[in-house]
Amino acid sequence: MRGRGDSVVSIQTLTKSFSTGVTALQDIDLEIAPGEFISLIGPSGCGKSTLLRVIGDLVEPTSGTLRVNGKTAHQARVDHDYGIVFQDAVLYDWRTVQRNVSLPLELLGWDRAKRKERVREMLELVELTGFESSRPWQLSGGMQQRVSIARALSFDPALLLMDEPFGALDEMTRERLNMELLRIWEKSGSTVVFVTHSIPEAVFLSTRVVVMSARPGRIAATIDVDLRQPRGGETREDARFFELVTEVREALAAGHGEAAGGRSSSVEELF
Amino acid sequence: MDWVPAVVVFLVGIGLWQGLTTLFDVETFLLPKPSEIAQAFWEDKATLWDYGLYTFKEAAGGFVLGSSLGILTALVLARFRTVGLALMPFAVAANAVPIIAFAPITNNWFGLLNPFSKMAIAAVLCFFPVMVNTLRGLTSVNPRAIELMRSYAAGNASVFRHVRIPSSLPFMFTGLKVAAVLSMIGAIVGEYFGGPTNALGVSILNDTQLFNFPRAWAGIALASAFGIAFYGAVALAERLTTSWHPSTRGFRGE
Repeated sequence: MRGRGDSVVSIQTLTKSFSTGVTALQDIDLEIAPGEFISLIGPSGCGKSTLLRVIGDLVEPTSGTLRVNGKTAHQARVDHDYGIVFQDAVLYDWRTVQRNVSLPLELLGWDRAKRKERVREMLELVELTGFESSRPWQLSGGMQQRVSIARALSFDPALLLMDEPFGALDEMTRERLNMELLRIWEKSGSTVVFVTHSIPEAVFLSTRVVVMSARPGRIAATIDVDLRQPRGGETREDARFFELVTEVREALAAGHGEAAGGRSSSVEELF
Repeated sequence: MDWVPAVVVFLVGIGLWQGLTTLFDVETFLLPKPSEIAQAFWEDKATLWDYGLYTFKEAAGGFVLGSSLGILTALVLARFRTVGLALMPFAVAANAVPIIAFAPITNNWFGLLNPFSKMAIAAVLCFFPVMVNTLRGLTSVNPRAIELMRSYAAGNASVFRHVRIPSSLPFMFTGLKVAAVLSMIGAIVGEYFGGPTNALGVSILNDTQLFNFPRAWAGIALASAFGIAFYGAVALAERLTTSWHPSTRGFRGE
């Protein structure tokens, strides 16, 4: 089912060491099939953000192979296969909401009419119709993050990379955005790699949870999440949901990530 | 109405000045009364205004020259790190040069009566604050914003155009506001070492030598007024071009 040929992301024995001598990632093997929602979870310093960055060609791996849609990560980036959402929405203050969403389209050379139509669709998708001309700082944190998601999806990337996108939001906003993200994911059919610190969030969203352990960062366990789709508020009360949460927690403890935590390999690993 | 307190302080200050100089009978050559200064200005307003305008033109010329060079240099330094590392020490050293000492030299280079000799002084003064602030703005961009542009496979030119330059504007304007005030000072300093008689700096110098202190003070006040107006104009341009920035919303104190 997850054959190498049709994987969106295919990683074999990938290692990443920093010049400081820290091994952020060691012998990572991971296959991600089209349409999957993968969460990377682990303690600070386990290299989950680094792995996301390696996949997105923002960081070069030291050794091992990485293919995205059968191409090198660099080629995938040049082909606009990545939509990225960071913890901070990273909206450009000098652009209105709609011009933030249309920036990647401008860079892709889309004409004005086509851009306008797509921006309208995307803002509808993230339920921000009516905020086209607002400035980013006029929006709440959750709304800003929705703009960021709309922007990342605007050019239909094959892969959506999300680095703790809801980590800075309050619990209620976070749960609401979790639901919205699932809805968007179902609608857009994109493949998602999602970095998080939250076990319930990982279980609720994912088709598969990849549990990582620290120093050196490696994959401790992979847990299939067989919760029924589509998921909703009642999913969180499902007995199976709690079983899976426990399973992930135990996998994290077995990787004794908590104990080995301590010093993190890079600043962005610090939450 | 947030300008009201400042105006009140200004008027109270002038009132105290007038009152105390009258009360203690301070000699005019030490400190003229505001009324004497105002009178001196009024009697000679057309001439002084022309002098001020001439000096302001020198200042504005130097401002444009120095600021453009500063912005251009910042762009080059931000784009080419090695060039930046090679040139930055010299830029810092140039800023340490006592510019007053340079005034007689630029007068010698370009000619006492050539306004360019004063523009050069003003330009040198303007260059550094604009360059340093703009460079700061161009380089202190959220690294995530750059990564995002990279993920769109955007080239360096796009990164500059869409991210670095817009986010540097508030920093650049900080430099430009400092430069606006400095340019007027630079022009006056240049004129102190000789210039045409219709320049404000020359007029102030002559008035002090003729013991016409109220008129000298009037000249100084006019020079300050031009400097403040220039600052205000740049601040207005900032308000218009960076209305999106946090510093231009909410509390409007500069």
